[in-house]
Amino acid sequence: MPTTRTDRLDIRSSDDVVKVRQQTRTMAVEAGLSLVDQTKIITAASELARNTLDYGGGGEICLEVIHDGSRRGLRLTFEDRGPGIADLAQAMRDGFTTGSGLGLGLGGAKRLSNEFSIESKLGIGTKVTIARWKA
Amino acid sequence: MAANETTNALAELVRDNEKEILPEWLELQKRAGSLQTGRITEAELSQQSAEFLHLLRSGLAQGGGEVASSAYAPAREFLSNLSRSRALQGFSPTETATFVFSLKQPLFNSLNRDRRLAPAELARATWAFSILLDELGLLTFESFQKSREEVILRQQREITELSTPVVKLWDGILALPVIGTLDSERTQVVMENLLQHVVDDSAEIAIIDITGVPTVDTLTAQHLLKTVSAARLMGADCIISGIRPQIAQTIVHLGVELNVISKATLADAFAVALRRTNRAVTKVKSANGEDAKAKVASAEKGE
Ligand SMILES: Nc1ncnc2c1ncn2[C@@H]1O[C@H](COP(=O)(O)OP(=O)(O)OP(=O)(O)O)[C@@H](O)[C@H]1O
Ligand SMILES: [Mg+2]
Repeated sequence: MPTTRTDRLDIRSSDDVVKVRQQTRTMAVEAGLSLVDQTKIITAASELARNTLDYGGGGEICLEVIHDGSRRGLRLTFEDRGPGIADLAQAMRDGFTTGSGLGLGLGGAKRLSNEFSIESKLGIGTKVTIARWKA
Repeated sequence: MAANETTNALAELVRDNEKEILPEWLELQKRAGSLQTGRITEAELSQQSAEFLHLLRSGLAQGGGEVASSAYAPAREFLSNLSRSRALQGFSPTETATFVFSLKQPLFNSLNRDRRLAPAELARATWAFSILLDELGLLTFESFQKSREEVILRQQREITELSTPVVKLWDGILALPVIGTLDSERTQVVMENLLQHVVDDSAEIAIIDITGVPTVDTLTAQHLLKTVSAARLMGADCIISGIRPQIAQTIVHLGVELNVISKATLADAFAVALRRTNRAVTKVKSANGEDAKAKVASAEKGE
């Protein structure tokens, strides 16, 4: 799938989470997403960036404005080399948390996106990819 | 010639040539634009320059080899203060470091004019001066940077406090217009601030207006919910207002349940608060009597 713009950011501190949200907004506008779609993907990005920071011990995000025929959209990939997730189904379940959160981040990010995929290997790390297309 | 002898020779050189070094140095600083911005006067600059040259000379006379040694403690302190005040006055890092770096040329010139030094000694002395000034120059950068960071930190704290005012709308009714991101550090301040006002004003209702919050994610939602429960423990009910349509949709998708009364606007929330505290807003009959307004007012009274 052709990409028109790619950007990478480190996620090492809560300031970086703010930067992820800002950059997601900029590129969501570039991809032509509506205000509602922008808000959805920014919120999903905020969830995944904070998971990367809190559970993955930091990592990075790759942001891509993508084209598929006449469709445009934004794809975000979060990657960390943290402990990984033992039971993905459990992690995705609403209300499940090993921290002190609401346990809604992963499920919420999936519901806020058009595409969602997660890969995780114990001791290797976690990779989450989401995409939101222009309606 | 040992390091000590070199620095002694340098101290003498600075003492004997001060009359030439100082004006030359000042001239170079002026040429580099040190006075252009008008942030310091020529008198200040020449006083600072003379003082630093004096401190440098006494450091050299005490045989200070390394900038970190105690011989240069007064010179270091002087530079830290200078950099600090320049950082606060809005000088750029380059402008600040120019103070030290522009001293190189006058010092080298005076070394070259000094006929007492053999070529090998001259080379050694030049090298020693060069290293010394480089290190002092870097020191100004460091202090400059540190002061700027302090300024930024202070501003951040100020913004944190400034941007979370609690306003009293009526007896027993408070409003907290939140603007910006509810990150963890700020939420703490927001929460404590609100609870303090709830106690001080014996408030019954607190309206948290989030019109100015760009994103509500699970963390923000959690912070909001905690604030609402804490306020409830202090005896105040919360109303959340200003949830924009796109934020409302997002919250639903996230699966967060804000078990709080929410209203579209602060005005709507205020109306609810008034009703709950057994108050109503009515229109007053205007001076010239029977117009449309008066009719509305009486209609409202009747309901
Ligand atoms: N990148 C990651 N690396 C390791 N574990 C993760 C990662 N992301 C999520 N997890 C695990 O999955 C659980 C669920 O994540 P989710 O984002 O749904 O909830 P949460 O972060 O605990 O709370 P919330 O996001 O609602 O504030 C986490 O508690 C954590 O154990
Ligand atoms: Mg999470």
